[in-house]
Amino acid sequence: MSDKTTTADEVVSRLRDGMTLGIGGWGSRRKPMALVRALLRSEVTDLTIVSYGGPDVGMLAAAGRIRKLVTPFVTLDSIPLEPHYRAARERGAFELMEIDEAMFMWGLHAAANRLPFLPVRAGIGSDVMRVNPGLRTVTSPYDDGETFVAMPALRLDAALVHVGRADRRGNGRYLGPDPYFDDLFCEAAETAYVSCERIVDTAELTKEAPPQSLLIKRHTVTGVVEAPNGAHFTSCAPDYGRDEAFQKTYATTPWPEFAARFLGGDEQAYQSAVGEGSWRS
Amino acid sequence: MTEGTGTGSADVTRAEYCVIACAEAWRDDGEVLASPMGLIPAIGARLARRAFAPDLLLTDGEALLVAPDGTVEGWLPYRQHLALVTGGRRHVMMGASQIDRYGNQNISCIGDWERPKRQLLGVRGAPVNTLNNPTSYWVPRHSRRVFVEKVDMVCGVGYDRVGDAARYHRIPRVVSDLGVFDFDTPDHSMRPVSLHPGVTPEQVREATAFELTVPDDVPHTRAPTAEELRLIREVLDPENTRAREVGV
Repeated sequence: MSDKTTTADEVVSRLRDGMTLGIGGWGSRRKPMALVRALLRSEVTDLTIVSYGGPDVGMLAAAGRIRKLVTPFVTLDSIPLEPHYRAARERGAFELMEIDEAMFMWGLHAAANRLPFLPVRAGIGSDVMRVNPGLRTVTSPYDDGETFVAMPALRLDAALVHVGRADRRGNGRYLGPDPYFDDLFCEAAETAYVSCERIVDTAELTKEAPPQSLLIKRHTVTGVVEAPNGAHFTSCAPDYGRDEAFQKTYATTPWPEFAARFLGGDEQAYQSAVGEGSWRS
Repeated sequence: MTEGTGTGSADVTRAEYCVIACAEAWRDDGEVLASPMGLIPAIGARLARRAFAPDLLLTDGEALLVAPDGTVEGWLPYRQHLALVTGGRRHVMMGASQIDRYGNQNISCIGDWERPKRQLLGVRGAPVNTLNNPTSYWVPRHSRRVFVEKVDMVCGVGYDRVGDAARYHRIPRVVSDLGVFDFDTPDHSMRPVSLHPGVTPEQVREATAFELTVPDDVPHTRAPTAEELRLIREVLDPENTRAREVGV
């Protein structure tokens, strides 16, 4: 029985420059922030990031780690526009593949199903086609003859996701109301790393919740990282909500100053700085 | 003037006319999901469900379908929401940073997409929405910066660009703080359906960068009934948050 437990730094040590990374969660919700922070402590760069974007994208963009971004949006939810992402875009810092939310989902489905593409009724008529000249269309072979976008597979070298509970083998349970697309990220990836609030015994996973809440299956998982408060400052319902005050600090502090104050040390130092609350001025 | 009946409308605020105008977007939609984006559309959708569209589905803003009293009646995580969009049993009211005369909408960026002057949200679900389920728009500040001749990035698809993909494409209406607009003209260009009381045709023309023909006899947006006004003020928005989105 394989024990896949590892640490965030070990996960990052297996990532390489130029890789395509999928990051789970949605906006400023259940983002694998402890893994993102570990990535920021490393030298790994030149990344293609695939994400329903939140502060994961903002931070990696601000730190200059992104070569190309694939996304339908980047937002902090309660703060609609992600300021660091925005600044990076306005200085032309990286290449962007801007696609519709459904196109993004079908791209992951195609990768998970080992298909080159899947047809989707979205994008036609919009400027998504203009800004992504590589996108192709496909015509229905049946009587309707409709034209669809042939959304290419979004294959990932690695996926990073965060869930409430996991066992040592990589079975993961989400506790909040929405699974987002985290299992799909894992299925679309060569390797997948799951951080969680708490590692528990396998039997414990379904003790107080139905098996339907077992979102992540171990055959799609490479490594498991116990990272309490690991989605901070994004939400991880019901364990904790979004830390709105801290998010505001993040959004209003110049990046170099924020990075120096909160990302200079390890994850423990980050959690201490957050818990200490001296940033609440 | 075709004001609503049953209430002295003198003290009805502009924000309340906007709520009614948004709510009316979902009248006769039947058993579909009302997806409001923005404060006033959210109040409008809940008002519609309580006042005259009892079959509408509403979410709690997250992954649950809820009745007006908060009773959970369903589960709709993002993935199922996207399937519901494609199935068409939904009427969304999106925002628009820019919108043109044929209903092309932009929420992605201002200026050149390659290197935008102002980066906004991104296309989000506007492309899939507009090809699959009716999509209306809400603009809290009607101005020439929003109602433009040409949008910088087409996110939501308008009538002039939809072409062969028009099978399920429909833009029922645009509601702004000045009035209600639709596209029921021979070339599907925007036209005023009603102006909110106190708004002049001249004001609308001035606040719109493309040529907008406003007939002299365009009616006023109906006032809320006494019961609708009570629901808005006492039940749905007792904190009067609506006044923050639309003043006057």
